[in-house]
Amino acid sequence: MLTLFAAGLLLLALLQRQDAFTVLREGARRGLETVVDLLPALLVLFPAISLLRTSGLPELLGGLMEPVLGRLGIPAETSLLLLLRPLSGSAALGLGSELIRQYGPDSLVGRTVSVMLGSSETTFYVVSVYFSAAGVKGSRWAVPAALCADLACFLSASWICRLLWGR
Amino acid sequence: MLNFLLFTIFFLCLLLGPIRGWTLSPDQALLSGAENALRLCLELGPALCLWSMLLELMERIGMSALLSRLLSPLLRRLFPRGWAHEQIREALSENLGANLLGLGNAATPAGIRAARGLAGLSGGRASDELCLLVVLNTASLQLIPATVAALRAAAGSEAPFEILPAVWICSLCSVLAGLGAAALCRRIWP
Repeated sequence: MLTLFAAGLLLLALLQRQDAFTVLREGARRGLETVVDLLPALLVLFPAISLLRTSGLPELLGGLMEPVLGRLGIPAETSLLLLLRPLSGSAALGLGSELIRQYGPDSLVGRTVSVMLGSSETTFYVVSVYFSAAGVKGSRWAVPAALCADLACFLSASWICRLLWGR
Repeated sequence: MLNFLLFTIFFLCLLLGPIRGWTLSPDQALLSGAENALRLCLELGPALCLWSMLLELMERIGMSALLSRLLSPLLRRLFPRGWAHEQIREALSENLGANLLGLGNAATPAGIRAARGLAGLSGGRASDELCLLVVLNTASLQLIPATVAALRAAAGSEAPFEILPAVWICSLCSVLAGLGAAALCRRIWP
């Protein structure tokens, strides 16, 4: 599937007389850079996440939030992920990867976690990067509106996954 | 923010661990976390590099420019003031196109250029259009969530990309909710 797609791209590049090899090499370099840039943050946050999971906090939090989450249709197993996702991309990736491994990538929880991770961003990080780069103090309604979007993402991820893959 | 988060995690764990009973010794947990970080990079690295190569090719062929052009009627309506300025217009289109393809390297610089331009128009205030740009960027617009797919493949999924339709619907819901909240907020927020 991916191979077919790659072949199509190569054909288009050939028709446009692009130097595909150089472009691909540049892409590979950027991919490596992304991974290398990611690693230090993962090394800081993964141990903290691992500690969190052995302390029993996820289960406690899941139990506390279950009445609310259950009514909203969100799996209680994802409770900690909901809290971490807007704060830290690396922490969410760490927790998400452990949840996917623990419950299995093709389980309902695993799929819900995947969809949540794939359709949300690190809200607070993005807000701070944009406003500080633009030199603007005070973000007015950007944070509440962005959190609304996150909430909609978590809710719809839970509902869609249950609809498609729930028993 | 992150400093506070880290401290809270350690503090809560040391408080909670002895009460609830550690499932693994905390020192071992730290080490296994670091191992996981390195392992995840090794597992995700090859897929991310492959995807990044294809993305680079897609961008060079002009796919993100095509996407930007297709979406320009939408952007014109969302950012009427910014759209009147050529530089902001280009930065906005580039930001959206790169976001859709998942080109973080290209999306953020373009987004920041657009944000600076919009801030300039409003004399350094957080105008409605600037807030809207940020809200759009906090909702993930990425069409192919490559990292998550790689994560699923590494965990042994039979169909790592099976979640794609769900991710699209979910992203759409999230963007619509962001736009709805923005439309409400700009009326009531001073």
